[in-house]
Amino acid sequence: MKQAFEKETGATLGGTDASGMFGFYETSCIGLSDQEPAALIDFCPVTELTPQKVKTVVAKLKTGSPAISICDEPKNNIRYTPGENTFILKDYEPGAALRNLKELEPVEVINSIKEAGLMGMGGAFFPTGIKWETCRKSVSNRKFVVCNADEGEPGTFKDRVLLNTMPGLVIEGMALGAYSVGASEGIIYLRAEYRWLKEKIEQTLEDFREKGWLGDHIPAKQPFSFDIRVQLGAGAYVCGEETALLNSLEGKRGEPRTRRYFPVERGYLAKPTLVNNVETFATAARILESGAEKMRKLGTKDSPGTKLISISGDCAKPGIYEIEWGMRLGDLLALCEANDPYYVQVSGPSGVAVSMKERNRRLCKEDLLCGGSFMVFDKTRDLLQILHNFSNFFKQESCGICTPCRAGNFILNRKLEKLQLGLGSLRDLVELEDWGATIKQNSRCGLGQMSPNSIVDAIHKFPEYFDQRVDKSGSRLNMGFDMAAAVREYEEAVKE
Amino acid sequence: MQNLITITIDGKEVQVRDGELLLNVIRKAGVDVPSLCYYEHIDPPLGTCRVCTVEVNGRHVASCTTLARNGMNVVVHDDPTLHDTRKAMVEMLFAEGNHFCPACEKSGDCDLQGMGYQLGVNVSRFPHLFVDRIIDYNPKRVVIEHNRCIRCRRCVDEVLTTDGKRVFSFANRGNDTEVAIDYEQEATLTEEQAVHAMHICPTGAILVRGKSLARPFGDRKYDIGELANGETVPVVFPDVHALKNGEKKVIATVSLAGCFGCHMSMLDLDMGILDLVELVEFNKSPLTDIKHFTKKVDLGIIEGGCCNSENVEVLREFRKKCRILVAIGECAIWGGLPAMRNTLPLRECLEEAYLHSFTSEEGAAIIPQSEDIPKILDKVYACNEVVDIDFFIPGCPPSANHIWKVVKNLLFDQEYSVLFPEFKYD
Ligand SMILES: Cc1cc2nc3c(=O)[nH]c(=O)nc-3n(C[C@H](O)[C@H](O)[C@H](O)COP(=O)(O)O)c2cc1C
Ligand code: SF4
Ligand code: SF4
Ligand code: SF4
Ligand code: FES
Repeated sequence: MKQAFEKETGATLGGTDASGMFGFYETSCIGLSDQEPAALIDFCPVTELTPQKVKTVVAKLKTGSPAISICDEPKNNIRYTPGENTFILKDYEPGAALRNLKELEPVEVINSIKEAGLMGMGGAFFPTGIKWETCRKSVSNRKFVVCNADEGEPGTFKDRVLLNTMPGLVIEGMALGAYSVGASEGIIYLRAEYRWLKEKIEQTLEDFREKGWLGDHIPAKQPFSFDIRVQLGAGAYVCGEETALLNSLEGKRGEPRTRRYFPVERGYLAKPTLVNNVETFATAARILESGAEKMRKLGTKDSPGTKLISISGDCAKPGIYEIEWGMRLGDLLALCEANDPYYVQVSGPSGVAVSMKERNRRLCKEDLLCGGSFMVFDKTRDLLQILHNFSNFFKQESCGICTPCRAGNFILNRKLEKLQLGLGSLRDLVELEDWGATIKQNSRCGLGQMSPNSIVDAIHKFPEYFDQRVDKSGSRLNMGFDMAAAVREYEEAVKE
Repeated sequence: MQNLITITIDGKEVQVRDGELLLNVIRKAGVDVPSLCYYEHIDPPLGTCRVCTVEVNGRHVASCTTLARNGMNVVVHDDPTLHDTRKAMVEMLFAEGNHFCPACEKSGDCDLQGMGYQLGVNVSRFPHLFVDRIIDYNPKRVVIEHNRCIRCRRCVDEVLTTDGKRVFSFANRGNDTEVAIDYEQEATLTEEQAVHAMHICPTGAILVRGKSLARPFGDRKYDIGELANGETVPVVFPDVHALKNGEKKVIATVSLAGCFGCHMSMLDLDMGILDLVELVEFNKSPLTDIKHFTKKVDLGIIEGGCCNSENVEVLREFRKKCRILVAIGECAIWGGLPAMRNTLPLRECLEEAYLHSFTSEEGAAIIPQSEDIPKILDKVYACNEVVDIDFFIPGCPPSANHIWKVVKNLLFDQEYSVLFPEFKYD
């Protein structure tokens, strides 16, 4: 694909062509892992690329067609829903959740959410009811509800599909939140890579306003006014972290704040702010619509309900799976027709590396939680290459403000490169783990705290792989020093 | 009056005011905790360096951004791994920047350096990254040395123009994060404001044109251990010692990519050297001019890193022949001044040296080479990147006393402690 683009546009990766018409750059995951290879042209998505397709697309751009006219409508690829237990992705009837507000006090809404046992779906799994309650209790003349649609964890695209198929459900969830906590202003923080969804969301907001479901005097038991606007992100992964997101909303640099206040105490513009993930709001709406009871019957004791999983990688059916919490890993792999899985990265690079010995583990709070990303790799993929890609991601996406994450991830990255060159020793593995632990324990925000996870896990879980790649002699002459490589530059310089 | 609460610091209960900054609470309780980015005038504190990390209720937190709450169980020193963690933060900062202390204007007054001394950092466990960074001469009043910036953010929050406008901000992400300068605003800084910027910068990253630090090198606060209260540097010693046989101990020394300064420093023992020759025998060493090992050696002392293929061979030979290897001086420890070339491609260095420099002959077109001269490596390697090193003595050069104490410890098991003025990077 890289070659195809370079050939057709004349721009090399990381630069522009001579005329400056095309610029061609690498980006982190753009949330289209189920229809790779994919690219954004002027923020318009083109998916399932082939060299032939690249050729046609670029030819059209050259004749002056705007990107918007030639881009693809990304598929939703909803591959599986659990029949009558489907909770989130069933047919959507606009207003079905909101109309309940006529009979409910704000606290009663919060109670339903609590009864249902809803947890945050953005990856931290914080109990949503408690968050709403705390925000409700924060005293302020102005409060905000923010929908976190930054979806930056590589391999996740569930929020994209939710916003594309039923933006109304998410909006209803936000309105419930607003009613519960006493907020009148809402913001959807949409990642820049999803700009193509903006129009659709705004259209839905307009429809809601027309129906009187947004704006002043929304029908509810208590007086309720609430409106929502969409704000685009600037393309940084760390802006998915809620306090960095708030900074970004305020037009500041996307840096996580120091943990002195929770956003529900002091958030956007220092006012109490409820930040929840897209799927959290969607599920909250479903709870009011179908009842907390129904959700409690699904899933496991500690994680009731269902979860949207974005599956990508070496399987026949990448896409969205709504599963009941508690499903076995092996069953999910069978569903997506992963024929020869070797390694699965659950919850994205910040998540958990899983080997096939763990097929019987269950996806649920009691065992293995999954934030949404589920990447399957077979034996044809090199583990170190994958880990190095993840490490590149963190090295670039660290906000750079704290030492362990900024410097540490670069240091780990170098170490992985050494291993890739076959120059590692047992000591390097020990150091990767030690240094990984240091980064985890001491980083300021979740990004740094999770960044070494995949490396540390993989070393533990794939000993047979690493054993073959490191020197185990214990020699005090460091075999990692490669004399031939070290003198190569000199030999070339003196050749001429 | 705020409520009094009770917290535990290293097992001792203390009463403090609710919501007070944990860092200050710990210090008031008479317990040492290091800090680097913390600057009392910036609120909320920056919390960027993580050097002030302590454990609260089982989790690591930066004590400068944490508020004291009732019942907190705080561990600062009781768990020695915490000291190591704080040390790791400082080591990371050294590894990711390009800190050539012997050539730095701030040396002796630099808080990063001071932190290294206070925590006993004699080597960074992390290999130096040597990323090419610029020195920005564009600003009118100041010069920004990006090689030395630890991205603490002090300047961003603290340096304002008379109109209250910011001069510095952070740009880019990841390891490319750097201080960006608003040149227009910078030009409006008064001299006093510029000097303030230089002073609040914990490192030598902000310099003011035409200004130098008041005290001369050698007399500065960390040179003389002004803040040390007579304490000694907490160096962690490895568990290696020469065999306790009755024979005279054998030492070998070598200067690889170094300047012989460390060897000169060894000679600074003056009369002590006479005691030394009574106790030990020198084998291969420039001091004896013995060119080849003639026997097994107890202690090998290495000055200089590896800049060419011969350095590597000699160093490997030392590792094979010596029971204990000690790297002395910045060059041996991580490359030192010769490693200034590490951020540049070797070809550029060679061309500059042989083809384009003032002293190269008109029309010179050849970079010299011969089978008899060693091959230059792509960068200068620290000794411990090539072989295992047992111990490191920092300094450029290290003080004679420090070297001597370590030697006596390694060979004769003599206890020792290092005073602050003996532990330096320049
Ligand atoms: C580095 C980082 C990235 C994050 N990215 C996202 C994201 O893209 N979307 C999201 O909803 N939450 C993300 N989170 C989690 C949020 O900080 C926050 O927990 C979440 O938005 C809360 O909503 P929830 O309780 O509904 O999950 C991220 C956290 C971290 C540390
Ligand atoms: S952990 Fe990483 S992303 Fe988070 S504050 Fe630190 S540098 Fe920024
Ligand atoms: S004195 Fe400080 S700023 Fe200067 S090189 Fe040394 S550590 Fe870096
Ligand atoms: S220039 Fe100095 S004060 Fe500013 S961030 Fe860098 S080290 Fe800190
Ligand atoms: S002193 Fe606390 S983080 Fe820097």
